[in-house]
Amino acid sequence: MISLKINGRTYSVQAPDDMPLLWVLRDLLNLKGTKFGCGIAQCGACTVHVDGRPVRSCMLSAANVGSREVTTIEAIGQKESGRRIQQAWLDLEVVQCGYCQSGQIMSAAALVERNPSPDDAEIDAAMAGNICRCATYARIRAAIKSASRT
Amino acid sequence: MTGHLSISRRKLIVGGLMVAFACSTRARSATSKATGPSTIGGFVRISQEGGISLVMPSVEMGQGVYTAEAALLAEELDVRLDQIAAIAAPPDASLYAQPLFKAQMTGGSTSIRGFWTPLRQAGAAARSMLVAAAAQAWGVHPDECSTKDGTVLHSSTGRVLRYGEVAELAATLPMSEHPKLKSPGDFRIIGKSQRRIDTPVKVNGSAVYGIDVAVDGMKTAAVVISPVDGGKVKSVDETDARKIPGVIDVLHIGDAVAVVGEHYWAARAGVEALNVDWDLGPNAKLTTASIRAEVAKAADEGTPLKALEHGDVEARLRSAAKRLTAEYELPFLAHATMEPINTTVHVRPDGCDIWVGTQTPVVAQKHAARITGLPVDKVTLHNHLIGGGFGRRLQADTIEQAVRFAKQVPYPLKIIWTREQDIRHDRFRPCYLDRLAAGLDEQGRPSVWTHRTTSGTVRRYFDEDGWPDGKLDKDAVDGAWDSPYAFPAIRVDWIRHDPPVKLNWWRGVGPTHNVFVVESFLDELAHTAGQDPITYRRSLLDANPRARAVLDKVADAAGWNMPSEPRTGRGVSLHQNFGTYAALVVEVAVAPSGEISLKKIVAAVDCGIQINPDIVRAQIEGGVLFGLSAALFNGITFDEGRVQQGNFNDYRQLRINETPPIEVHLLNSGERPGGLGEVGTVSAAPALGNAIFAATGVRIRRLPIDRKLLSKRESS
Repeated sequence: MISLKINGRTYSVQAPDDMPLLWVLRDLLNLKGTKFGCGIAQCGACTVHVDGRPVRSCMLSAANVGSREVTTIEAIGQKESGRRIQQAWLDLEVVQCGYCQSGQIMSAAALVERNPSPDDAEIDAAMAGNICRCATYARIRAAIKSASRT
Repeated sequence: MTGHLSISRRKLIVGGLMVAFACSTRARSATSKATGPSTIGGFVRISQEGGISLVMPSVEMGQGVYTAEAALLAEELDVRLDQIAAIAAPPDASLYAQPLFKAQMTGGSTSIRGFWTPLRQAGAAARSMLVAAAAQAWGVHPDECSTKDGTVLHSSTGRVLRYGEVAELAATLPMSEHPKLKSPGDFRIIGKSQRRIDTPVKVNGSAVYGIDVAVDGMKTAAVVISPVDGGKVKSVDETDARKIPGVIDVLHIGDAVAVVGEHYWAARAGVEALNVDWDLGPNAKLTTASIRAEVAKAADEGTPLKALEHGDVEARLRSAAKRLTAEYELPFLAHATMEPINTTVHVRPDGCDIWVGTQTPVVAQKHAARITGLPVDKVTLHNHLIGGGFGRRLQADTIEQAVRFAKQVPYPLKIIWTREQDIRHDRFRPCYLDRLAAGLDEQGRPSVWTHRTTSGTVRRYFDEDGWPDGKLDKDAVDGAWDSPYAFPAIRVDWIRHDPPVKLNWWRGVGPTHNVFVVESFLDELAHTAGQDPITYRRSLLDANPRARAVLDKVADAAGWNMPSEPRTGRGVSLHQNFGTYAALVVEVAVAPSGEISLKKIVAAVDCGIQINPDIVRAQIEGGVLFGLSAALFNGITFDEGRVQQGNFNDYRQLRINETPPIEVHLLNSGERPGGLGEVGTVSAAPALGNAIFAATGVRIRRLPIDRKLLSKRESS
């Protein structure tokens, strides 16, 4: 049994040792907002927070999470930084297909949490690991700045 | 609620009464008693409780079509977009066929062009029936009534009825054959940047894409597919796979094996433990070099099919003051949507349910019926939000595979491909070889233009009987035979050569390829003539004011005439496809190493009436970057029959740190709405290639761009 602290709750799951957190979230805990994109930490669609830091859950086995706190897209709006990012995403109409946006929002929320007013270069550095095939990048940049100002 | 409109207890028990309206040409107004939304037709459904659902004939894959189609309906129905719920249309071509395709299919930037009038008519017809019902209930003339935000008002008496209160009666009234449509001056939704209706669920993780479907009793499978297309399973040793905890079944079809697990990870582990021996089939030796050689041979020896010819082409080529020729080449491309291929299927003796995101629900339903042996009406397809389509989900090959596996088991089966399978077993944008010739007169103006494309046809994968030899596939010449320019003589033709690689449409379809070729070669002509590329283009647009207007706008907004730094440059493209006019300027810097940096992007677009200007801008922004990403990085290549790329490390995509500022300027011509999903992508590669020429003097005639061509030798 693996014990996991996710979104403020404690879960016990029966999972193979190498089962990535991504699939534990999606298939065992029915938290499907975290997305499978590439499986090799190249696209960022599976980004969650582990102790507040953005982590690619497709490459992190659930067994290695330990006692650290996991936050997913389903709960990020309960944090002020997450709420502001989500609102900015809506206000600036960032989203197109939306499939990558859980990961984008998790990366962006982690950024503004540690850097309340990032400049373009800091945004690019923090967000370069998140691919968007609809290429909503210009609006992502603008939305992070908007969330930083509010 | 007025007494005579109250609904029966029984109807309440069965979950509410639904009323459907269809537009006049597809008249079907119905009261559904118990069967639920999927079995009743039409575009507008109003429940007695007041819930208003609008049925979306096109699938939402990011392009904003739910918001735009809802706007067309809501404008005439007189409801606000925040009052409605959008639901995906079930497969039913009699109701939801795209008028431009005459098939229920989302693609080719046709949705708004095709549904511009029918959806407004459907909304207007529904509104007039609701008004008539309220007027009847009040015993007044309908002309005394008005509507607002989902209510009917009788202003002289101050009476108000919600649509839900009159919906049941309205559904029994005759439908107007020619409902009166608003004049554009009265639009309250169309033309305004309304909030997208699909995005709140996409920012909080609750949106349900096909991959997120959860059905009672569902199991999840991973698959292994023949590494070479056309290969077959010879034998499988599944002993180790079956030992893995959580593995339930191993299923076989001819060219793939599935391992079913309690969850995806067990299934994946099972697939990795399989030992499959393949007969790789006829394509086992296929290489990119062999494909290119065959295409070149076809270009030399094949029979061209004429698409367009006017003027004395040969005589003008002979008499030209200067003659240019060039060869352009474009690669196969994968779609690489963010959501990997997935399908969930439950096959039972009495029917089949499919949960998937598809651009062609009717085709998927038909294949499932064929594979299961069930009647088509026993196949229920639940369409979902799509995590990026770009053409991939026009083909149902992946759904066919899932049904072939699922019919072997009693439980609902979800199949998820890996990213590598999604790319390697894609159906690809064709490769192209283009040969062009042009003559210039004494002033450097083009006196003649010829363009020959050699490629496969995508259409053979969409038409039931394939595509006959000797018949022009217009997709192969779109963007070439309808360029914005007036040439004194022109010939456009196509040599068909179907490669041993399965093909599909890809964002921008035919024009993505042809506009790159046309706009690059025209740039070559301008530079040969010693003229500014925009001035040169402009001189060929006397009879094309909409094209001239976007070109002028982009030149002005991009600061076209401002001086450039060394090894930086601006390039332009212009096209008029999908009913929209688009000009683009891309500014690049090219490092001595050959690395390319995008500095700035400026677009000017005239798409006629803009349903939602902000979505128009978003489509251009994203579409341009999508096209630039492919031109900069992407080409699918083969070795030993296998696709050599597999994931975002070797089929890489543009990232935010490579994205420059983007400006989109919209022109208000007031013409009929044009398409948008493809437009930006079509504009991208030629403007980039032309910018690289301006920066380096190197002409890009082959994609993706080879950086080695751009590196500056130290000695120079």
